[in-house]
Amino acid sequence: MLLSVENLGVRIGKVEPLSSLSFTLDRGEILGLVGESGSGKSLTAMAVTGLLPLIGGRIAEGAVMFDGTDLSKLPEDRLRPYRGKRIALVTQNPMTALDPVQRIGDQVDIMARLHLGLDAKAARARTVELLTRLRIPEAVTVCDAYPHQLSGGMKQRIVIAMALAAEPDLIVADEPTTALDVTVQAQIIHILGELVRERGLALMLITHDMGVVAQVCDKVAVLYAGRLAETRAVGPLFASPHHPYTTALIDCIPREGMARGSLTGIPGLVPSVMSYPSGCRFHPRCPRADATCERTIPETRTLPDGGIVSCHHPLGGDHG
Amino acid sequence: MSLKGTLNSIGRALRTPKGAISGAWLALVVLGAIFAPVLTPYDYDIQDLPNAFAAPSFAHWLGTDEFGRDLLTRVLYGARTSLSVSVLSISVSVFTGMVLGAAAGYFGGAFDRAVTIFVDLTWSFPEILIALILVAIIGPGITGTMVAIAVAYLAQFTRLTRAQIMAIRSETYIEAAKSLGARDSFILLRHLLPNSLAPVLVAGMLATGDAIILEATLGFFGLGAQPPTPSWGSMMSSGSALLFKAPWIIVFPGLAVAITVVAINLFGDALIRALDIKTRLREA
Amino acid sequence: MLDYLIRRVLLLLPVFLAVSAIIFLILHLIPGDPVDNLLKVGSGPDARAKIEAKYGLDQPLIVQYGMWLGNVLQGDLGTSIITRRPVSSMIAQVLPNSLMLGGFALLFSSIMGIILGIVAAAYRDRWPDQIIMGGVLLGSTLPSFWLGLLLILAFSVQLSWFPVSGARGWESLVLPVLTIGLGGMALVARVTRVSMIDAASRDFVLLLHAKGLSPARIRLRHVLRHALIPVVTILALRIGWILGGAVTVEYVFARPGLGLTLIKALAQHDYPVVQACLLMLAIAVMLGTLLGDILQALMDPRVRSAMT
Repeated sequence: MLLSVENLGVRIGKVEPLSSLSFTLDRGEILGLVGESGSGKSLTAMAVTGLLPLIGGRIAEGAVMFDGTDLSKLPEDRLRPYRGKRIALVTQNPMTALDPVQRIGDQVDIMARLHLGLDAKAARARTVELLTRLRIPEAVTVCDAYPHQLSGGMKQRIVIAMALAAEPDLIVADEPTTALDVTVQAQIIHILGELVRERGLALMLITHDMGVVAQVCDKVAVLYAGRLAETRAVGPLFASPHHPYTTALIDCIPREGMARGSLTGIPGLVPSVMSYPSGCRFHPRCPRADATCERTIPETRTLPDGGIVSCHHPLGGDHG
Repeated sequence: MSLKGTLNSIGRALRTPKGAISGAWLALVVLGAIFAPVLTPYDYDIQDLPNAFAAPSFAHWLGTDEFGRDLLTRVLYGARTSLSVSVLSISVSVFTGMVLGAAAGYFGGAFDRAVTIFVDLTWSFPEILIALILVAIIGPGITGTMVAIAVAYLAQFTRLTRAQIMAIRSETYIEAAKSLGARDSFILLRHLLPNSLAPVLVAGMLATGDAIILEATLGFFGLGAQPPTPSWGSMMSSGSALLFKAPWIIVFPGLAVAITVVAINLFGDALIRALDIKTRLREA
Repeated sequence: MLDYLIRRVLLLLPVFLAVSAIIFLILHLIPGDPVDNLLKVGSGPDARAKIEAKYGLDQPLIVQYGMWLGNVLQGDLGTSIITRRPVSSMIAQVLPNSLMLGGFALLFSSIMGIILGIVAAAYRDRWPDQIIMGGVLLGSTLPSFWLGLLLILAFSVQLSWFPVSGARGWESLVLPVLTIGLGGMALVARVTRVSMIDAASRDFVLLLHAKGLSPARIRLRHVLRHALIPVVTILALRIGWILGGAVTVEYVFARPGLGLTLIKALAQHDYPVVQACLLMLAIAVMLGTLLGDILQALMDPRVRSAMT
């Protein structure tokens, strides 16, 4: 197993916005990390890339096992060789992700120069090749451009090129398409999927869009208010979701042939870190909630298909 | 902001350590200036040549100058000149700036453009240069100094007021007042000006500190208050030639300027925090 | 870039005209007859007629301004009432001193200010930051002439390290540069600190960390480059402030220069000299602003794009 997150808990100051999160991801696989905003998806990305200290957070418990090493125990200077070289990050907003006063080429080149030890010329050749591979027209010209001269979709491809440049084993993509047009979104997702199959990368794709998950992911981890609700392979999850929250998320996907206006939203809002409810955190919004859900935190249960669910009253019958 | 709210904010500012210390010093200086005749047995312009150049002692806490005049007395009387000149000229500057800025921001058009040109023109020039041009025209003395200070800082208040007015001009309650047929003057005086008052007044307070320095600088050049009227700047002007013989003539008025200006800045800082207007000041 | 430069220079033209008009008007706004103000007391009618002809004093004001500006642009700044020398040669004599003082003061305040600002930002809210910011408050509130006098007292009188006054040799430059530079340094340090903190919180910095770059490289090659853009803007806007400091400091150190010449001329009512000095200072301020704009465009590709 390339990445195995075990019982991860994250603290920022006095609050614990993410707790007891576990999932695994192997080479050639795409894991979709889903949930509404505020569910702890981005924090998971920061924890895996070791960037929590930048936002004043830290890993309070659990382990982030990457290729046999527990990253959560490494000091900053031993963690840095993993960043960019073995674990790459693609951030949410391509508009602000690039240094606005540096040329595109230089920003991508540095990856190969720093992590692969290439000289300036070889690094640039590699950059041009990568950009061409990501279907950026006139890659040589683009290298001399500044970020503000490119479109959003183009910039996101640059960010992806940067992530790929040092041939990492794992790419963490935090909502890579949210800030883009719908048509561009599809292209970017498609490109990412292709790369994983081609190069045997592992991709952790953070999204709030179940449609995207159904389209490209192999497995899914559903987060709600800083806790894991359910994690399964994609097929079984969509066929028979066990957690009521997963069901609600799936119901939010617009489908062909669906009557206009029949799209269901989930009533209520994700609670804030400061006011997580007692018991199961989903209970105030859950149609199946009862007194138990209000009082006790549901234990995680392993399903026959290897998935995990955390619910007192799961759907799907066979385990009451 | 209501009067009560403002007073509350000043109270909050005074309860912070910074605000309390700086506020205490400012109170001390103002009281010292007002009660100078009662506080010291000496006269500020009666010469006592046998006692000239006396070092600080029990009789003359801060020493005496080249004419044997008591320095503490002159620093206290100097505070009268320096403070009143600075406060008065900044008040005039704030008032004029508010009128210009409010009219420019509210009415827009050609008037706004003219005001903006004036502001941009003076903005890039150092206050001391503007002040020297004006002193060149009006001539040295207290009047020249006051006009110079008032004009040198005018751009700042005009700009700030204009920015405040522009920011709130299109808010709903102003639109509502307009649609109800309120007159321009009513909207300006009743709604717009009161809401832009706090940042402009705090900026005015901070500028008073700069004005004290400007007044002292002009005085030091011999272009400010003329003898025998003591001001902090003019005291140092006559003292600079005697730097080696009697450094205290320079040191104490300078300290008075320095501590007062630091106090004004600290108090202004505390006030900005208490009023929570940091961003509104920075926008302009 | 050349296009940008030309546009910027053209924008300065109206400012120059307005400022020079005000300086020209000084002679007409002061009480008394302009001719008397241009002549030494007791000059004969010949001299009077010569002045009237030269400045076209019987012509309308706008024509007079034109003639004056024409003379100025040809390098004829008039004749000093007191010394009877051509003002242009007086200015030419002292200008290098002032330029050197201003230049070194600018250099000192930028370099020291930027370093202190970086340190303060790196130790944000801890003791090095608090000490630096305390010093900054002092540096920006002490009257510069007073600071200069204290420095003389300490370093020239007590320690006799540096000369008290004059403009001979490098030693005479140290205290004046320090006096102006400390105030400028305070300003630069404050702006650098704020913009370093601001730049470090930008999104792209997170990605730089994720790319595996070292924190030192991120701070110096990326964050600092960004932080310097507002610093340059402020420096350009406040270049006049440093020149204003030069006026004061030249007077304190009796250092021959534009400032000392100006203050002396003001006291002696030597108006041609006053006008020339003010004009030179105003031009210096405008050139400083221009320099800042150019630097900003060189540093920020977005500014370059916006102008073309």
